[in-house]
Amino acid sequence: MYYTLKEMMTLIAAREIKNSDIVFCGTGISMLAAMAAKNINAPESVIFFETGAIDSLLEELPLAVADPRVMYRTSANSGLLDSFAAMQNPITGGHVIGILGAAQIDKFGNLNSTVTGDYHWPEIRFSGSGGGCDVASFVPRSIIFMQHEKRKFVNTLDYMTSPGYLDGPDGRKNAGLPEGGPVMVITNMGVMRFDDKSKLMYLSAFYPGISPKDILAHMQFSVDISRAKEAMPPTEKELRLLREKCDCQRLIL
Amino acid sequence: MNLKQDKTMDLKTAISTYVKHGCHLSIGGFTINRNPMAAVYEIIRQKIRNIHLYAHSNGQGVDELIGAGCISDLEIAYAGSGKFAPTCIRFRKAVEENLIRVEDYTNYQMTLRFLAGSMGIPFLPTRSSLGTDIVNKWGFSDKMRKSSDKLPDQKLIVMDNPFQGWLDTQKVVLVPAIRTDVTIIHVQRADIRGNCRIQGLTFADVEQAKSAEHLIVTCEEICDNDMLKTDSDQNQIPFIHVDAVVHVPKGAYPTACYHYYDYDPKYLKNYAQKAREDAAYLEYIDTFIHGCRDHADLISMIGDERMAMIAADPETGYAKNLDRR
Repeated sequence: MYYTLKEMMTLIAAREIKNSDIVFCGTGISMLAAMAAKNINAPESVIFFETGAIDSLLEELPLAVADPRVMYRTSANSGLLDSFAAMQNPITGGHVIGILGAAQIDKFGNLNSTVTGDYHWPEIRFSGSGGGCDVASFVPRSIIFMQHEKRKFVNTLDYMTSPGYLDGPDGRKNAGLPEGGPVMVITNMGVMRFDDKSKLMYLSAFYPGISPKDILAHMQFSVDISRAKEAMPPTEKELRLLREKCDCQRLIL
Repeated sequence: MNLKQDKTMDLKTAISTYVKHGCHLSIGGFTINRNPMAAVYEIIRQKIRNIHLYAHSNGQGVDELIGAGCISDLEIAYAGSGKFAPTCIRFRKAVEENLIRVEDYTNYQMTLRFLAGSMGIPFLPTRSSLGTDIVNKWGFSDKMRKSSDKLPDQKLIVMDNPFQGWLDTQKVVLVPAIRTDVTIIHVQRADIRGNCRIQGLTFADVEQAKSAEHLIVTCEEICDNDMLKTDSDQNQIPFIHVDAVVHVPKGAYPTACYHYYDYDPKYLKNYAQKAREDAAYLEYIDTFIHGCRDHADLISMIGDERMAMIAADPETGYAKNLDRR
């Protein structure tokens, strides 16, 4: 069955989400991944927005985390103060899985979504942290969406907006951050994960038709490819539910 | 504090009374929802300049104030308007051309800063941003901070947990309180004394409102002073915080107002297109802002048909099946 890369990326993220997860969604594909998980493999997962909406009934795809569509039939409509407190508090925050995106990523999963070039006179200015740095600081697991390009998988970030593992296995502890960090990076070519001990990024899966070497050619730094397997393509059922239940207006897909 | 029984005034007067050249301002709402857009447009019409703006994630309102040249300094967590502009376009241009000075925080930090201001304390702690460039890189110069009595000398301070390891915490980031000269929010209902009732998410409006020296409230519906005293558990802001109440139907347009109207995808798409090019953007400002006497004029220019398309469905609170492509 025909599928697009965007559908593949969305469904790989959805498969990572479990029934016990509270899913922190950003704008765009991350929101769609949360909706896909809820409709396909994790019906008891909880959709959660930094704006203060928890367990929204998403009948239409929101185009921003403050879209009025996130406010419909929630468990509570509160605000930013409550949503970030719920992530900083390990009792609830320990169950949150973050979904983030960025302009640059390094080998320890640290993210830049602020500037490229000099901070005081940037080449490109991006949106900034929003809640991204907060989520990456607080929660035990996060999924990162990236485009696989050399200028995005970089040796050194121009600005570190959100913490991954900082400078290695003890980075977070030394900085005073709670345990946690990114668990996977989903790109248009494959899936990267992080080694349990070294916290270094490695290639976990490549999409059909793409070789691990192709992937390495799209990064400034090298990663271990010895553990990489071909990714399981979307099933017919996954694609049907994604297209019919999650984005029937094709706003993201 | 203002205890007057009737704080209603027109928008022109409210803006010219409280929003001054060089003032420190914050506006409510989030990205494409409940930004006080009528007030934003009135600030632009009155050509108020050199504003120091505080925002967490106000997309549309921030971008239009920057684009019109009203802002000199910005403390912000996020400048984006959802799918319509993942990075706000005039914001991006202004930063890349060094036209405004920016200090970056996170959304939680900005919210805590407003909360600290609302509580009258100098700072609040969080565990967010330890080890990152939010802590390490500062946008405002030392000189700028030291020469202004409205700014603390430091962007933030990292310190060891003074309760030695309590709650498994070794370090915290202290973020300084914000105390604005004026905050403007748009709400669904307010009474003439200023009691406010917001429907849907409050974002950080309540904290922003209470950290201000002066608060302007624009509202969809104005109520007499009895009405909001019933079911007052649904009110968020009591009148003691409010200085001006302005009745502005569709006052958040083109952003959304839950249970009243959706955001207008057509307006926001046209805006994003015009914002990419300087000449087209000037034309946009002339037509949609300076070309309108007031907000009602803009709404009538947009027309009943478009307003009907974005009218909220009473059950869901948004416009169902609205064409948002």
